[in-house]
Parts: sequence; structure tokens; C-alpha cells
Amino acid sequence: MSVLVTPGSDGRFGEFGGRFVPETLVPACQELEAAFNDAWADPSFRKELDDVLREYAGRPSMLTECHNLSEQLGIRLILKREDLNHTGSHKINNVLGQALLAKRMGKKRIVAETGAGQHGVASATAAALFGLECKVYMGEVDVARQELNVFRMRLLGSDVEAVTSGSRTLKDAVNEAMRDWVATVESTHYCLGSVMGPHPYPYMVRQFHRVIGNEAFSQCNEMLGTNPDVVVACVGGGSNAMGIFSGFVDTNARLVGVEPAGGAAVTRGQPGVVHGMKSYLMQDEFGQVQEAHSISAGLDYPGVGPEHSYLASIGRAEYPTVTDDEVIEAFQLMARSEGIIPALECAHAMAWITREAHTMKGKTVLMNLSGRGDKDVGQMMNVLGGLK
Amino acid sequence: MTGKLEQTLRQRIDGGGKCLVPYITGGYPGWVDSLRACAANGADAIEIGLPFSDPVMDGPVIQASSQVALDSGATPVSILHEIRTLDVGVPLVVMCYYNTVFHAGHERFAQDLVAAGVSAAIIPDLPLEESGDWCAAADKAGVETVMLAAPTAPDERLPRVTERARGFVYSVGLLGVTGERSSLSSTATALAARVKKVTTKPVLVGVGVSNAEQAVEASKVSDGVIMGAAVVRRMMEGGSEAVASFIKEVRTALDSSK
Ligand SMILES: Cc1ncc(COP(=O)(O)O)c(C=O)c1O
Repeated sequence: MSVLVTPGSDGRFGEFGGRFVPETLVPACQELEAAFNDAWADPSFRKELDDVLREYAGRPSMLTECHNLSEQLGIRLILKREDLNHTGSHKINNVLGQALLAKRMGKKRIVAETGAGQHGVASATAAALFGLECKVYMGEVDVARQELNVFRMRLLGSDVEAVTSGSRTLKDAVNEAMRDWVATVESTHYCLGSVMGPHPYPYMVRQFHRVIGNEAFSQCNEMLGTNPDVVVACVGGGSNAMGIFSGFVDTNARLVGVEPAGGAAVTRGQPGVVHGMKSYLMQDEFGQVQEAHSISAGLDYPGVGPEHSYLASIGRAEYPTVTDDEVIEAFQLMARSEGIIPALECAHAMAWITREAHTMKGKTVLMNLSGRGDKDVGQMMNVLGGLK
Repeated sequence: MTGKLEQTLRQRIDGGGKCLVPYITGGYPGWVDSLRACAANGADAIEIGLPFSDPVMDGPVIQASSQVALDSGATPVSILHEIRTLDVGVPLVVMCYYNTVFHAGHERFAQDLVAAGVSAAIIPDLPLEESGDWCAAADKAGVETVMLAAPTAPDERLPRVTERARGFVYSVGLLGVTGERSSLSSTATALAARVKKVTTKPVLVGVGVSNAEQAVEASKVSDGVIMGAAVVRRMMEGGSEAVASFIKEVRTALDSSK
């Protein structure tokens, strides 16, 4: 039996998941669940999605063997190049799926939350492509540190609203998107950007990202003749990680999801309920959700998708953390050694690999390079100052 | 068995009157004075919000009041502790998000409410399908769990929601979050009428009921109203005196529309 859970109507992955939303949203979640199951089982929907993933997003994404870093680190390092997708990250896989689904459901408008802005840009892109109205909520702090992506979204014809409540980051952008959805649910689809939120989102978003793991599984077998020893991805909500893990959870590969030290839901959290799901959550002694603090806007989130909580609880995947300083090092290391500027999010995966390489000598390590770092260059210029 | 909240509301309804349930943000500076002002000026029961870091059902006014309360150090424990010492003479209903309950533990939270003298709970992010464990603990402890009926609910769902409700049924007045609106949404009266058809429990309209006139309008098809942002804004701007005169005004309007 596969370790990959297909949740029933209760939306559970073990004890995690569920659908903790206001009554107003329950029928919409049920409608979405039925619409997704129907579409996913419909060959014409799957073909339409496959076609647009290939012709528009540029799939399949390739594998790149990192010869220089492999030599430096004493491992065999292979990257899954989600950074080469149209719009520069894995986020487009999910968004194209949800946008097609929104159209199929007759919704004319989508709302989205975004942290780093990659999900927002992908949503704005899909909205432009399919003629949907799009509004993106983004924390004020992230609007400042990812201003290039804000401009991209506006250029693509979307409305971007800076969220000024709470920690003014991803968590608060989700709150605001949900408030919008409560008021507009009859005409609007909430295009959630990770494997989180109320059922069916964690399941649906994982299914849309399974393409990463499916491709990587056959590509690895072609390239290596076997499976990698270790599969590593960064974890914010956990969509790129679930995408690549899904291809390997039934193999012997070690699965590693890297969280930022300041947003370590699995390491520092306890089970809790926010944003519609039961999952590990950073909270205080009274159950108030704590603010995350990470250099990476896309990982600056105190929770994690429920399937990761499940995989952690059964010991199938591990969720170590890395510090901002380790990430800044890894960001530069990858640029200088391989000529690839990674997104700050997946630089977390690189940081963990760099730190732990000495324990993995000779092993084959597959890392999901979830996005490119162009969006982070401005922020890193401020962090690093002028490089000599 | 009918609980204290439902009994109290029924008295008002049986006497031909309409119920008025104001909402006060617990832990907001001076909140206890505002609570007393509500009780003294015609509230049938009072809803006390336990501020939460991520209040997804709340609009700007209640969000802001929650943030002030949190910033001044309020916690669920400190608020319940303060409630314990109050004797305002009307049933108290706690409104809180589910993580506050889940984190404390269902049984313990239910017992804490009872110990504080709270009659009932409203948990806006705990829909019917997820409510089983909490409701079992609440029933056992004698805490009435108010359920929300939403405008989006199909006919088939409403009776299941009202069946599970204790105290009263909270008929959600509009598609959207708490906050004042210039007029009562037509959704408010339409839903209340649908809910009244499927239950004999008290049905109160809340979310978006903003002034005395709207309270009267909503009460024509229901048993009364819950007023949140309109009360909280007055508490923030004018303290307990502003709350007192507003509650008195709404009470008078409801009574004279009989
Ligand atoms: C490139 C990239 N990777 C990862 C993430 C984190 O999301 P998730 O954990 O859902 O993959 C983001 C989010 O903004 C991102 O832009």
C-alpha cells in the first residue's frame, strides 16, 4: 500500500488535515472537492492540463547534475529544475490546475495569497491566460522585500493588496484572502498556493504538483538507473516538497523537508488549528499563533501542510531547520559553484545539504530547486552590500 | 435539557419581545464596564470575544479591538478569570476561535467555561462536520454550543445545523466578515426566514446588524439580533457610556416595534 494518503471526505492525513472553516465556506469546499474529483478523473481535463503544462509552462523540467558542488561536497548532487518553469518556480503547476478548475466551475474571479510573490505571479499569469479577474493579498513586509514581484503581478493585470494586519507576512495574507473569499464565495475561487488550508486543498494541490515527483522518478531511473538516496526540498506550506516526495515516498529514499529556523512548524510547533487545517503550528501557551521570522518570504509561515505533519508523525520524512546565515551562504555557494542563482526558499535545501554532506558521502542527493532567485537579488543586495 | 441561555432568551421571546445580544471584546481596556453597561441597558445575554491572533471571521473593527486586547496582555485564561468575578445577571456566551479550545483541550476548556460561569460558546471556525468532539465535551459539562447557519447552506444542511445547536441558532446576516454596513443585507432576512422554518429554537441574526433600525428589521423575521462591530466601535471610541446609550437605544427600538 502506498504511504501517499488519499484522504476521504473528512480530509484527514492520519489525525491531521480536516476542514476547519466558517460555515459560509463549507458548501464551497464541498463543491470544490466534488469538482476536483470529477475533473481529476476526466481524461479531457487531464489532457488539457498536460498540454498547458507542456506548451505554456515548459514541462517537463529537467534534471541537472551539479558536478562542481558534487566534487566539493563529496556527494552526487542532482537538481530538479523547477526554476526553469514559466514564471520561475514550481507554483505554476498548481495554479494552472486550479485556474482550469475555476473555469470549469464557472468562476470568473480568483483570489490568492502570496509570500514571496511567486504564487501571486503564477496566479496573475494564469488569470491573464484564461481571462479571469485576479486579486492577490500580500503582507506589507513582503510587498517591501519582493517589490519586483509586486510589479510583475500588476503588469500581468492583477490587483495586489498589501495586508497590514498581524505580522504583515504570509500568515496574514492567508487570513485576508479567506476574508475576501467568505464575502465573494459565489463568484470567486480561492486559488490557495500550497498544500495547506481546508480539505480538499492539501490533497488537490499535492495532486497538481505530483508531476514533479513523477517526472523526477523516471528521470532519476534513466540517469542513475536507480532511485536517489536522499530527496531534499524546502518547506513553507510544503507544496514543492510534497510534489517531489510523492514520487519517492514508496521507495527507500530518505525524505528531508527543510524549514527555516524561524518558521519551524514541525520542530517547534505542536498540533493546532489555523487556516482551515489541523497541523503542526508554532503557537504560544494559550494557542495564539506565533509569528514566523525568516529571510525568505515564501517560508515565513508558522504552520505547515497537514500531510507533512502526517509524514513527520509516522517517521517517513524528517524536517530539520537551517538558519538565515546558512541560507545566505548557500545562496552564494550555488551561484558561484554552479552558475545558478536559487530562490532563497530552495537555498534552504542547499544549506541543509551543505551542512550535512559530510554525513552523506558518496550518496546521491536529489534536491528540488523550486524556483529561481531573480526575485531575491534586490533583497540580497541589501543583505550582502556590494560584493567585491 | 434546555440550558440557561436558551431559557433566558425564551422568556423574552415568550413575552412577545425580541432578543438583544451585544458582543464585547474580552480584555480590551475597560471591557468589563462596557459589559456591565450592556447588562444594565437591556441585553438579554452578552457575547464575550476571546481575542485570537488570526480572526478570519472578523472585519477591521473587531480585529483592531482584539489586537489592542492582545497587546495589553489579555489571554483566554486571564479573561475567563475576570469573568468568574463578574455577576452581571445575564447569561454570558464566549466567542472564540477553535485553536483556543483545541489547545486547552476540549474537556478542560468546557470545564473552564463552567467554572467561570459562562453558559455557552460560539466557535465560528468549527463547522458541523468538525464539531463532534467539542460538542460532546460541551454537552457533558453543560455548556450550550451555538451553531452558525450560513446563507450558503443548502436546504438539506440547515436542519442538521439547527439540530446540533444549543442556546440559539446564529443566523449569519451576510456573506462576509463582521463589520458595520449601511443597510441590512437582504440575505439576512431571507436566511433567517429559512432557518425559522426548520427549527423551534431561538434564531438570532448576527454579522452586519449595525443600528437600531436594522435590528428592528432583522427581528421581524427572527427572534432577535447579535450586534458586534457596532458595539465594539462605540466601546473603542466612547467607552462604556457610549455602549450604554447605544444598547438602550436598540432595546427601546426593539421594544416599541412589538
Ligand atoms: C521558489 C519557492 N519555493 C518554495 C516556496 C514555498 O512554498 P512551498 O513550501 O509550498 O513549496 C515558495 C513560496 O513562495 C517559493 O516561491
